[in-house]
Amino acid sequence: MKKVFAGFAIALFAVVITSVCFAQNAPPSGATPSTITASDMTRLEARIAEAKTSADNAKSSADNAWMLTSAALVLMMTGPGLALFYGGMVRKKNVISVLMQSFALMAVISILWAIVGYSLAFAHGNSFIGGFEHLFLRGVGAAPDPDYSATIPAATFMIFQMMFAVITPALITGAFAERMKFSSMLVFMVLWMILVYAPMTHMIWGKGGLLNFAQGGAIPTLDFAGGTVVEILSGVSSLVAALYMGKRLGYPKETFVPHSLVISFTGACLLWVGWFGFNAGSALGAGSLATSAFMATHFASAAAVIGWCFCEWIINGKPTVLGAISGAVAGMVAITPASGFVGPMPAMVIGLLAGMLCYFMVTRVKAKFGYDDSLDVFGVHGMGGTLGMVLTGVFASKAVNPAGLSGLIEGESRQVLRQLESVGIAWVLALGGTLLALILVDKIMGLRVSVQDEIDGLDQTLHDEEAYAYETQTR
Amino acid sequence: MTKIEAVIQPSKLDAVKAALQAIGISGMMVLDIRGHGRQKGHTEIYRGREYNVDLLPKIKLELVVNDEQVEEVERAIANAARTGQIGDGKIFRSRIDEVIRIRNDERGPDAI
Repeated sequence: MKKVFAGFAIALFAVVITSVCFAQNAPPSGATPSTITASDMTRLEARIAEAKTSADNAKSSADNAWMLTSAALVLMMTGPGLALFYGGMVRKKNVISVLMQSFALMAVISILWAIVGYSLAFAHGNSFIGGFEHLFLRGVGAAPDPDYSATIPAATFMIFQMMFAVITPALITGAFAERMKFSSMLVFMVLWMILVYAPMTHMIWGKGGLLNFAQGGAIPTLDFAGGTVVEILSGVSSLVAALYMGKRLGYPKETFVPHSLVISFTGACLLWVGWFGFNAGSALGAGSLATSAFMATHFASAAAVIGWCFCEWIINGKPTVLGAISGAVAGMVAITPASGFVGPMPAMVIGLLAGMLCYFMVTRVKAKFGYDDSLDVFGVHGMGGTLGMVLTGVFASKAVNPAGLSGLIEGESRQVLRQLESVGIAWVLALGGTLLALILVDKIMGLRVSVQDEIDGLDQTLHDEEAYAYETQTR
Repeated sequence: MTKIEAVIQPSKLDAVKAALQAIGISGMMVLDIRGHGRQKGHTEIYRGREYNVDLLPKIKLELVVNDEQVEEVERAIANAARTGQIGDGKIFRSRIDEVIRIRNDERGPDAI
């Protein structure tokens, strides 16, 4: 009975839809095709304009829906994605301090972005930095900013970019985990955003930026979703911070075992899903370029897991879950600049190479040089981002993205050089800006917690909190 | 009055509890501990770094029993906990000076 009713309803629905379509196709009343008057033409043109407006509105709605979703996904990458990923890797006595750092940045950087960050990154300025046109988000509203996107509100673009601005400093917290003062971290990050993040963002994506290939930059650089802005800046800044602040007590002799790989695993999965917002959202629309970037991201991640685990299995004898999740992140880091410019097969190559390179960075190079980049931000983000930027110059294809540039595989050998130049600029900016910010904050308020605080654990000494109170609760 | 402390493999706890119940022992304390005697630990590996874990999870049972039951209890525990491999554990016997029942201040062997 239910099936009969359903079939009847579907048939009725089809009849109604068909007749509506035919009704819309009916010619203007009272005219035959051979006698169309001027007023008929005017009316036809008005209807065509209406139809175009409807289509444009539909496209804007689709683009805006995807962009807002992407922005939410990217925020999720920080909280809880990165917070858990990092949180599980530190010792139990410090897990709250890691969560608190990420979460506090979600709050503080958002406010900073609204007040001055967005303006310094994306307003008119010079080749290196924006201006104060959009201070307090003035002029950032429902109307699109045609320099950035024709179909979404400028406010949507600002919101999307804000989530990138939030996660980049959050990544750096991995370098000085378990020993940085919370108050100093906040001040340092505010300075870092202004000295390092805003200029890099402006150069790569801002109006008139030196490296902005889409707006006539002098060094046209391909960086789809932040290989320089997010990955290299966070990675290299982390190396500087780790070296400046020094090693944790007892490193490297004492054992520093992740207190919960289950938590880190959960965070890593959230990062993978969220990264679709990060990369596919950088298409700034819901069209096929978003699909292309989504594909590239996923396949790079998958290949990188295999790359890292393959190395681990051969060299250490067993694959580990920590290796697998680290590999995934490495692959997605490397594909970040390339995601909207390369096809799925090159994406796999990029991912595989990143998984293997970052494996060696983290397990061999770090031990050899002895720096305590606690959660391997430089090894994964710094080096993975550098590799990704260079490989973007190799695999970029105008067949994949006609609005992009060609790379080596399409015979353009100059792009790799341009990529290297922008990588160099990113490295220098990160090195100089981070060092300056660290020195300033160190002189004013000190960066590192006291020896006793570090021994007792930051959760207790900085926050008066216990992460797993159930362990000591009896009632 | 005698205290018996037994360090056993965690996987043997159920068997030991059942064996003790079978001979009528109803009171015991169970603690999670870590330790080792001659047993070697194992290695764990995190991002390429190897760590030696030589403190292994064990279970410690503590019982206070009447002197007449001591040997029977020790035999029950040992037989239930034994696998024949290094790491089976140990039993320690010591003297208890006094036992007091909190509820009614009963003392001595009757309070066990």
